Order: sequence, then structure tokens, then C-alpha cells
Amino acid sequence: MPGSEAGGGPDVRHSAHIRLAGIVKTYGGKRALDDVALEIAGGTVHALVGANGAGKSTLGKIIAGAIRPDAGEMYLDGQPVRWADPHDARRHGIALIAQELALVPHLSVMENVFLGIEPRRMGLVARQRLARQYGELVERWGFKLERDALVGQLRLADQQMVEILRAVATGARAIVMDEPTSSLTHVEIETLRTMVHDLRRGGTTIVYVSHFLDDVVELADTISVLRDGRLVHTVPAAEETEASLVRAMFGATVEAQHPEQPLRPPGSVVLEVRGLQRPRVLHDVSLSIRAGEIVGLAGLVGSGRSELARAIFGADRVEAGTISVDGVERRMQSPRDAIRAGIGFVPESRKHDGLFMELSLAQNTTIAHVRSIASKIGVVKRGAERSHGRSLIKEHSIAAPSPAAKLSTLSGGNQQKVMFAKWLFRSPRVLLLDEPTRGVDVNARAAIHRLINDLAGDGVAILLISSEIEEVLALAHRVLVIAAGTITHEFGADPPLAEVMEAAFGVTAPQAIGA
Amino acid sequence: MTADPHGVAPIAEPASADVGAPRRLRIRAEHVRDYGVLVAFAVLFIALSLGSAPFLSTGNLLNILYENAPLGIIACAVTLVVVAGNFDLSLGAQFALTEVCAVEVAIHWGVGFGLVAPLVVGGACGLVNGLLRTKLRVNSFLATLATSFVYVGAATAISGGLLLSESSNTFLALGRDSIGQVQYSVIVFIALAALLQFVLARTVFGRFCYAVGGNRDAARLSGIRVDRIVIATFVIAGVAAGIAGLIQASTTGSGNSNDGTTLALQAIAAVAIGGTSIFGGVGSVWRTVLGVLFLALITNGMDLLAVNFDLQPIITGVVIVAAVAISSLAVAEGG
Repeated sequence: MPGSEAGGGPDVRHSAHIRLAGIVKTYGGKRALDDVALEIAGGTVHALVGANGAGKSTLGKIIAGAIRPDAGEMYLDGQPVRWADPHDARRHGIALIAQELALVPHLSVMENVFLGIEPRRMGLVARQRLARQYGELVERWGFKLERDALVGQLRLADQQMVEILRAVATGARAIVMDEPTSSLTHVEIETLRTMVHDLRRGGTTIVYVSHFLDDVVELADTISVLRDGRLVHTVPAAEETEASLVRAMFGATVEAQHPEQPLRPPGSVVLEVRGLQRPRVLHDVSLSIRAGEIVGLAGLVGSGRSELARAIFGADRVEAGTISVDGVERRMQSPRDAIRAGIGFVPESRKHDGLFMELSLAQNTTIAHVRSIASKIGVVKRGAERSHGRSLIKEHSIAAPSPAAKLSTLSGGNQQKVMFAKWLFRSPRVLLLDEPTRGVDVNARAAIHRLINDLAGDGVAILLISSEIEEVLALAHRVLVIAAGTITHEFGADPPLAEVMEAAFGVTAPQAIGA
Repeated sequence: MTADPHGVAPIAEPASADVGAPRRLRIRAEHVRDYGVLVAFAVLFIALSLGSAPFLSTGNLLNILYENAPLGIIACAVTLVVVAGNFDLSLGAQFALTEVCAVEVAIHWGVGFGLVAPLVVGGACGLVNGLLRTKLRVNSFLATLATSFVYVGAATAISGGLLLSESSNTFLALGRDSIGQVQYSVIVFIALAALLQFVLARTVFGRFCYAVGGNRDAARLSGIRVDRIVIATFVIAGVAAGIAGLIQASTTGSGNSNDGTTLALQAIAAVAIGGTSIFGGVGSVWRTVLGVLFLALITNGMDLLAVNFDLQPIITGVVIVAAVAISSLAVAEGG
């Protein structure tokens, strides 16, 4: 077993509060967690870090009862426990602060904190006692929050504070925080850090799941690094730096696969973006993509990578900037303009932004260009649509009984192929791909990678966004790193993975990008 | 403390059987939604044919169509609104307003204008609804609830609360004349139903209605001008309400601002009974036609079987709930 002995450090105040052994969790054949063992000392801040998909969130949720492991044991204060659900864990003093907060927006801070556990008198809420309890709670933990403010009007960090107060009010002795800073501003992050310090001083155990390494190094007593569902090691935070964490997260030996296809003689510039600006999201972003070139965009969640794709596609309004396709400047007021300019967009969330579950496979692939298979008065030629659907099924080996099959009956991988087919129906000049292989199985993933390569071979300019950095490195001819809405680094084909990661995590200083 | 047995052992046989069973179930459940209204209609039709001698006469059947032509026209048109993800509760009010306008304009401007005015007024009412929905982003339920007050109020203001009447033969032809035994208004209903069925099922516009109602964000990201589609559905519904209002005015020879108070709700009920999803994205016009006829058969059957008049609305309500519940249970079961 990799070193699970965190004891002995000066910060460890109690013996193991929570202990895990042999935790296994499998999703559809893929091991999200593999034989993970962990000891979390009472009253410490224990961070779980790892790349996307390393299993850190899953582990945190298992501790808090939100996910049930397939195998393994968990001990609380030495007693074996097994959570039926998060409420079960909460009754035993473990609370989860999830990324999506579970508060009632139109109730006050105080009402939210004591929701369901209000002191009562004759069936009514005893308001004076409630106020007194609230006062005691706030004083004890040192949090400052206007008790009558409506929760829906609070800043996100303050809402988190309400959740934390609620957790301690219900007697939580351990709090699992899942990516608590991912949507916070700098000032709010400071508030959160203070809160975590206060909780720790009060003896609460904190399990801190995050991919923001500066937070982790600053806050944690102990850090456990996960990679591909396995525990790499658990070490005192004092022994780690951001750079050493990145190395542990990705492994010194894990080098990326090399691009499967070399860039053909570079074509002319197809997509040219200059000075794209969207308040608080994108800051003066410029990039260009040549015909047949795959440009990878690496960045963390919230770095602006998806927002950049949406802005280029006209899905979100931009404040300033120009977009040209084949040297012609285009006004992208709406996706319709972008489609007319020959741009296609495979969005991050297929279900919400991409596909029509109640329409057929064939109808989904023609929807963006349906006029081209309709008569002059707008009657869709169903024969043409069906035969197009049939040829797609064959060409991309989509597992579907017929072109008329409802899209909701297809698997995720096949749905994603349909998403591609939607844009390939009329040869696009530019394809913006946001997480093109998210949630698809290994075979579909390989098929989609081949497809992306083939499209580049046909001269399509491709912007590839993926939270799996290996995917970007394996496919891209050039890699751009985006952080906080700005492109900070540019790498050629096949850059060292660690360098790209350090750039994305903001460990290395931004380069001057020659625009 | 051991692994969940289902998660670990990959046993092929029972697993495929497990997959097979819910699959068969799902197909059956979907069929209930897809063809439930057809079966219910057929069962009711056969039962009435057997239970009541006068039911199956041409006269009675044509009479059912004749009496339900205005409702049918409105219900078919509101199907487009619903498929595109919205509601229109103002169609009954538009019906009253266009009816009054038809008579008022016919009296003062001549019969020719009187035949056109309700269509224009209905279209304008629909345009207002569509603009409220798309430009001001008012929920369609509330927007059309509000405009229905305005439209009824306008009808009352125009008529001065009086029953207007126009009795020229040209004006009355649409509502009263017929080709053989078939009244003009029945022909208009059938023709409009066929046209709207074709538009929704076969045209680019119809396809866009499904896309907008099924997934608004994806529709926008597919380059569809979502607002225009939504506005167009409201305008079509308004024009249809105008046609229905004209038929009513022409049938009675008068314009009554109190007409049509329950029409919008009846139309939505017919849409839902037909199996069109009230959440948008799924449905069709032929379903609505069956929904209208199903409601009509219940009423007609109860009349023929001499069911106590006071009990009739209760029975109608129970049947509506049962029909909609069966189809939504089927959908829930099918996932």
C-alpha cells in the first residue's frame, strides 16, 4: 500500500478521525477509484488533489455518503461505518459542501442555517430562541453574516459560509468541501480561506477537494495525490510545492502520446480571431488557425476555454474583437451567422446545447442545414434525409437501427458521432470542439479521434478543447494555454505534458504571446 | 463490507435478459403514448355505435364535426404553439374579439371586409402574444392570460356589451351553407387540420417548431431564429382563432363578446389528450384532431345515452384526467 501514514507531523492533533481501506468504485467498466486507502487525522485540513478524472471528487463524495463505493471499508473514530446516503453521514457528523449549493434562496441566512432543526414551541418556530442560537453559533465560529439577509442575494462565498454554518449547526465534526473555490473571486477565496482556518481552529476536520494547487498548498496540513483512481501518496503539505504536486498528479513517466498525424504543409489561415473581449470572461484573446491545423486549447474549468468557443460561434455577445473566416471579417451576432460563415460547434454539454432527444437521428444531423434538403416552399425531402441518415450510420458505424431512431435511444458515444455529423452534413471550414469525447466509451473515443484527424486532413481548421490534457497533446499541432480569460502560453506540437500543466495551473509566468 | 454482486460479476446471460425486459416494457409504454388516443377513440366510437342506434348516422357524425369546427380549428393551431414550447390561453378571448370584429366591420364597412377583418385582428393578437413572449421574455402562460383580459375587454368595448347582428346571406354562408350534406365550416376545419398537419410534419418551419420546443438552446446553436419561430406559431394560432370566430359569427349571424370563455382550455385539453407533450417538442396535429373528437364523442354519447345533464361535466373531467394520466404514466415508465 502506498504510504498512508500521515501521522507524526506537527499539525496532526488527533489520531485518525476517518480511515478508508481498499475503496473501489467503478463506472461502466472504468475504475474511478482503485484500492484507495487513506487516513484523515481529526482537526486537520486534508486535501485531495489530482487531474480531472483522477477520482478526487468521487473519493470526497464517498466519505460524505453521496456516492457508495463498490468495495472497501470506512471507519469513523475507529468504528466501521457504511453510509446509506448523505443524510446518514450527516447524522454521524460528516457534512458535504458540494459545488452546487443546497440552499433555499428566498429564505434568510438564519432560516437556512437552521432549516429543519429550528427550535420549536407548540409547533411554531421559536424565533427568539432561534436568534439566540444563531448568535451563539456565529460567535463561536467567528463568521460574520447578516442573519436576516436573503440567501439568494448573497455572494457565492457567503452562501458557502451559510452552508458551512448549517453543517456545524447540525453538529458536523468533519466537512467535505468539493471544489469550493472554483466559482469564487479572489476576494471571496480569501473569505473562504479564513473560514477554513476558523473551522480547523475549532477542531473540525476538513476534507478539501480542489484542483487549485495554490489553495491546497496554503491551506492543507496533509495532501493526498490521486492519479487515475489510485492514491499516489499522502504527505505533509509542508513538503510539497505546486510544481511537485503537478509532477505527482501526472507522473514523471507518463508522457503524452504523440500526435497521430503530422501537420500537412500548413494551409492558409482559415480562422482569425483578434482582440476578443467579454467582460470578466475573455480578455483580448487573439488566435488563428490554418487549414488542416488542430489547435488545442488547454485550461482549467472556468479559465474561459468554453467561453472562447461560444464567443467565436456567436452564442454569447462579445464587447469587442473581430472574427474572420478565410480572410473575410464576419459579424457573429448569432450562431446563425457563424454557421453561415462555415463554423461548426460541438458544445461541452451535448444534452443541453447540442442535440434534440425527441427528434430522430437523421433529423438531428440535418437540423442546422435543413433548408438545403428542402424544396423551394420549404417542404423537407424525407427521402433525401433518410438516405443521408443511412449513409451516416454506415460511414461512422453509428449503432442505430435506422435513421428514424429517436436520438434518446442511442448511447452517449453514438450521440456524439451524431453531433459531429450535424456539422459535417455541409462541409465546415472551422470546427470548434468542446470536450468532444466526454462521457463516451473507449471505442467511440478512438473513433472520434480518428475523425478529428481525418477532418484536419481534409483541410478543416479545428479548435480542440479538452479537460483531458493528454487528449489535447495527442491530437494538436499547436497548444494554447488559457487562464483567467487570457491566452498565456503557446506550445508547438507535442510539448512536455508537465510544462503545459504548470502553465495551465498558473505555476509558470505567462509568456508574451506574439499576436 | 463486500462488493455489490451486481457490480462485479459479469454474467452474460442474466444481464442480457435484464436488458431485454425493460426494453420490451419501454416499447409498450411508448406505444401507449403514441397510439393511446387512437385506441381510446376507437373504443369509444365502437361502444357508441353499439350502444346507441342514432350515433352512427351520417347526420349525427356530421353534426359532431359541425359543432366542434371552431374548437377543432383553434386546437389544431394551438398544437403548433405547444410543440414550440409555449401556451396560448388567450385564444378564447381572441375568438370573442374576432367574432365581434367580423360583425362590426361587416355592418359598417361591408361584408367583404367583415370576412377578412377577423383574420387580421386574430393575427395581430397573436403577434402581440409572440412579442411579449420573445422580446419581453414573459412566460407564455402569464402573457396570454393577461392578454386574454385585454382581448375580451376590447370585444366588450367594441360591441358596447350588445349583441351585434348581421344577416346578409353572404355573411351567413360560411356558417350555414353546405355542399351536399357537408357544411362549409366542416370543410374549412378539415382543410385547416390537413394543412397544419402537413406544415408541422413536413416543412422546415414545422421541423424548427419541434427543435425550439424540444431544446431551445440547441435550436439557437443550430442557427435557428428561435424568436421568429415562436412568434409565427402565435400568429398562426391567432389567425386560426379569427377563422373560428368568423365561423361562429357567420353561424349565429351575431357577435357576442361573451363567447368562447372556455375555448382556450378545451383546446389545450384536446392537445394534451391527443398525446402532444405540454412541455413542447413532441406531438402532432392529427393527435389533436383525435383529442377534439374524443371530447366531442363523450359529450355526444352522453347526450344520446341520456346521461343526466348535471353529471356530464363531471364525467368529462374524469375522462380527461384519466386519458392524460395514462399517457403520462406511460411516458414515466418508458423513461
